[in-house]
Amino acid sequence: MKDLFSRSLQTTVIFLIVGGILALAFGGFFSPVSNRFTSGLVSVQYWFAIRYQAIQQFLSAPRDIITLRARNAELETQISQLQTQVIDLQQRVSQTEILSALVDFSRANPENSYEAASVIGRDPSPFLHYIIINRGSNDGILRGMPVVTNQGLVGRIDAVIADAARVQLITDPASTLNVHLKNANTDAVLLGSVTGDISLDMISQDATVQGGDLILTSGLGGGYPPDLIVGQIINVRKLDYELFQQATVQSAVDFTRLDIVLVITNFRAVDITPLMPTPSP
Amino acid sequence: MRNIIAIPLLALAVVLQSTIVSQFSLLAGYADLILVMLAAWALQKGVTTAFQWAFLASIMISTISHMPWVITLAGYLGVVLLAVLLQYRVWQAPLLAMFSVTFLGTLFAHLLSFLYLRVSGDPLPFGDSMGLITLPSLLLNLLISIPMYGLMRDLAGWVFPVREEA
Repeated sequence: MKDLFSRSLQTTVIFLIVGGILALAFGGFFSPVSNRFTSGLVSVQYWFAIRYQAIQQFLSAPRDIITLRARNAELETQISQLQTQVIDLQQRVSQTEILSALVDFSRANPENSYEAASVIGRDPSPFLHYIIINRGSNDGILRGMPVVTNQGLVGRIDAVIADAARVQLITDPASTLNVHLKNANTDAVLLGSVTGDISLDMISQDATVQGGDLILTSGLGGGYPPDLIVGQIINVRKLDYELFQQATVQSAVDFTRLDIVLVITNFRAVDITPLMPTPSP
Repeated sequence: MRNIIAIPLLALAVVLQSTIVSQFSLLAGYADLILVMLAAWALQKGVTTAFQWAFLASIMISTISHMPWVITLAGYLGVVLLAVLLQYRVWQAPLLAMFSVTFLGTLFAHLLSFLYLRVSGDPLPFGDSMGLITLPSLLLNLLISIPMYGLMRDLAGWVFPVREEA
C-alpha cells in the first residue's frame, strides 16, 4: 500500500514537472535555449541533407546524362530539320520575289510574250560568257531570241536543244550590241570583254554624253528589239584626236546572280548579213 | 569493264563544272575540274585509258560550251600527253608531277583557247586574259589538284587493281 502511494506520488511529481516545463516553454521562457537547440538541429539536418543529395546525384548522374544526351541529340535533329526548312523557305521566298518582279515586268511590257527559264549552268570556259537555261525548242525557244530580266537585257539565245538553250550574255567578248543613248539622242555600240565589263564605243564626237545617261537597245541590225534597258554610263572618255567617244557602262543586270530569266518569244532576230555590202574587187 | 566508270564520272564532272565550279571565280578565272581530273588520272600507275577519257570529256564539254570541241580536245590531249611524259621522269614525286602537269596543262589549254578566240575575231587583250583569267584559274587548279590526285589514285586502284605475283 505504501509502495503504491509512493509510485503515484512519483508519477504525479513527474507530470507536474513535465507540465511545468511545458507551461514554461509555451510561455516563452525557454525560447533562447530552444532556439539554440533547434538551430543546431537544423544545421545538422542541413549538413546531412546536402551530403545525401550530393551522393544521390552522384549515383543517379550517369542515367541522367544518357537521358540528356538522347534528348540533346533529338533536339539537334529537330534544329537541323528546322534549319533545312528555313533555308528551303528562304529559297522559295527569294524565287517568289524574283518571279513576282518578272511578272511585274511582263505586265509592264505587254507587247512582248515571255517564257520564264531557270539558269542551270555556265560555260565551262572562263574566256566565254554564256549561260545555260532550262528551256529549249520544246518550249518554243529559237536561236536569236532576246533574254531579259526585270532589270534589263541579259543577252540572246545562241544555241538550242530540246530542253535547254545556251545564252550569249552581253558581257561576252564577242558580243556587240547597237544601243541608243536616250539623253544624248545618239546611237553607239556596246561591247563585252573578257572581264565581264561592258563599254560603249562609236559614240559620235558631237554628242553630249554624261555619266548616268540611260542606255537602251536601239533595234538597229535586227538582233534585238528596241528600248530594252541595258545599263547606264559611268564615265565618258572624249579625246579630240579620236573619231569617237568611248564610255564605261554599269550594266542594269547583275550577271553574277542570274537565277531566273525571261526569253522574249515573239521576237525573231533578223539576219542582215546578206544585205551587208561586200567589197568589190 | 570497270573503265565504263569514265562515262558517269566525267558526266558528273562536267555538270559540276558548269553548275558549281564556274560560280567560284577568282577575278575572271575559275578552276577546270575536268582538266585537273584528266591530269590526275593520266598520272596514275597502270592507267592506260587517259587519252580515251580526254576524248570523252571533250565531247561532253562541247555539248554545253560555245568553244569548239576540237580546241577543247587539243587542250585535254595536250594535258594527258604531258602527264604521260612526266609520269616516268618525275615518278618518285607524284605530287610534284601533278603540280607540274596542272601548271603546264592549264597554260597550254588556255593558250589554245586564247589563240582560237583571237583568230576568230574576239578582241581579247593578252595581258587581261593572262592576268585576269589564266593566272587565277591556274591558282585554283593547283588548289584542287591535291584532293583530285588522291581521288583519282583511289579510283585507279579500283579500276586497275594491282595483281599480286605468285
